[in-house]
Amino acid sequence: MNDIGEGIVAALGLLVTLDPDLIDISLRSLQVSLSALVIACAIAIPFGTFLAVQRFRFRRTVISVLNALMGLPPVVVGLVVYLLLSRSGPFGVLGLLFTPTAMIIAQVVIITPLIASITHQAMRDLWAEYHDLLISLNTTKVQRVGTLMWDGRRTLLTAALAGFGRAIGEVGAIMIVGGNIDNVTRVLTTAIALETGKGDFALALGLGFVLIMLALLVNFAIHGLSGTEREGRW
Amino acid sequence: MRRHLIACFAAVFASHAAWADDMRMAVTTSFENSGLADVLLPEIKTDLDLDVQLLVVGTGQALRLGEAGDVDAILVHSRAAEEAFVNDGYGTHRREIMYNDFVVIGPQEDPADVAQAATITAAMTAIADTRAAFVSRGDDSGTHKAELKLWSEAGLDPAAFGGWYRSVGAGMGAALNTASGMNAYIIADRASWLNFGNPGDLALLFSGDPALFNQYAYIPVNPARHAHVRNDAAMRLEAWLTGDRARALIDGYAINGQTLFVFNATPE
Repeated sequence: MNDIGEGIVAALGLLVTLDPDLIDISLRSLQVSLSALVIACAIAIPFGTFLAVQRFRFRRTVISVLNALMGLPPVVVGLVVYLLLSRSGPFGVLGLLFTPTAMIIAQVVIITPLIASITHQAMRDLWAEYHDLLISLNTTKVQRVGTLMWDGRRTLLTAALAGFGRAIGEVGAIMIVGGNIDNVTRVLTTAIALETGKGDFALALGLGFVLIMLALLVNFAIHGLSGTEREGRW
Repeated sequence: MRRHLIACFAAVFASHAAWADDMRMAVTTSFENSGLADVLLPEIKTDLDLDVQLLVVGTGQALRLGEAGDVDAILVHSRAAEEAFVNDGYGTHRREIMYNDFVVIGPQEDPADVAQAATITAAMTAIADTRAAFVSRGDDSGTHKAELKLWSEAGLDPAAFGGWYRSVGAGMGAALNTASGMNAYIIADRASWLNFGNPGDLALLFSGDPALFNQYAYIPVNPARHAHVRNDAAMRLEAWLTGDRARALIDGYAINGQTLFVFNATPE
């Protein structure tokens, strides 16, 4: 119990003094996870919506695979991305291993199926509602996908936030592809793993509280900007 | 559209290529956990204007990173594996830098009476005979290999041990945490032990046997195998690590008044 108390004190100490290392690490965490989120959303949301609108031969297989991939183990993704980006691997010439870009790639792979799957579930219900209207208006496929995405934007926000949550709290993959290099690829989760390894539980826990606060702040900010849960709306 | 995408990617890559002088070195967890890295790296930055990016892994993985050409140099402590690495042409040469020693950590009550043992062989035999809980790194690291060597010198085979021998497959700090939680014996390097923040009921029980000597060596990755490795930076770093500046810093590094490393690089 004592360790938890010390952790809270350590977290407050880090925040009050605006520890430059902490700010650096936190900003890198945000940079990596938000970049991964933007890229993953750009792929997953149109794809998930398309799956709801379009009927094709292997649709059910694709959806099942997508749902299964939601549980993709990050450490396996990390290992595969590592082997691909390693100097001895197929993409070694790019020199991306142990850079933030490699971490973004790994996180995109992890969260894209999650966002696509949630998007698909939500869009399927919305499509049932809009189906007759959009067909009778003689809209094109692109217009249908666009309309669904716009009208379902609040649910898509949930999908995106779920993806962000998985990305910012993830440690297995980015530890392998980023290497936890000080000042280059160290983020909050890998710093926590490092401090735990040193037996410095107070600092590790302190960083953990900072991570949770960061996730809360991002969620509040996105909700505030998009105007959900405001009075008179839902 | 495609052209824009390519431009975006090019910008991302260019930003990495634009970093000034930096190199990557794979080091063992025991080196990083000892805190010596925090002393040496800023000085290297000042003296050589070189950013050394550390990848903190076990010796096994460090050697793999070197083989794949993902790092420019490695600093590890497992002589047989290092010599094989150089002989296979992955590294240009092996240069000894410094040493520290391994110690036997265990519960203060010391059920196996390790503190009274005359030699490390006797200590290891005593632990096996009492079947007291023992935590092994189990991650193919230099410390793990040293521990296996100690068992085999005592004529024992860990594969035949029962449930008291727990292989955790983790770094030095994580393994010490496990040992602390289970009040178990463990072989650790002295530096990591002194820097460890969660000792619980554990204490240093045995040290000083010459068999516990732990030599660190520096190996630049062979540029003939991987043309992209920063061999020039690796050579500059080697010159610094074997020089007088490094000698003063390494010999002077102490925790609670205990010197951790002894510099023993010889001039070429």
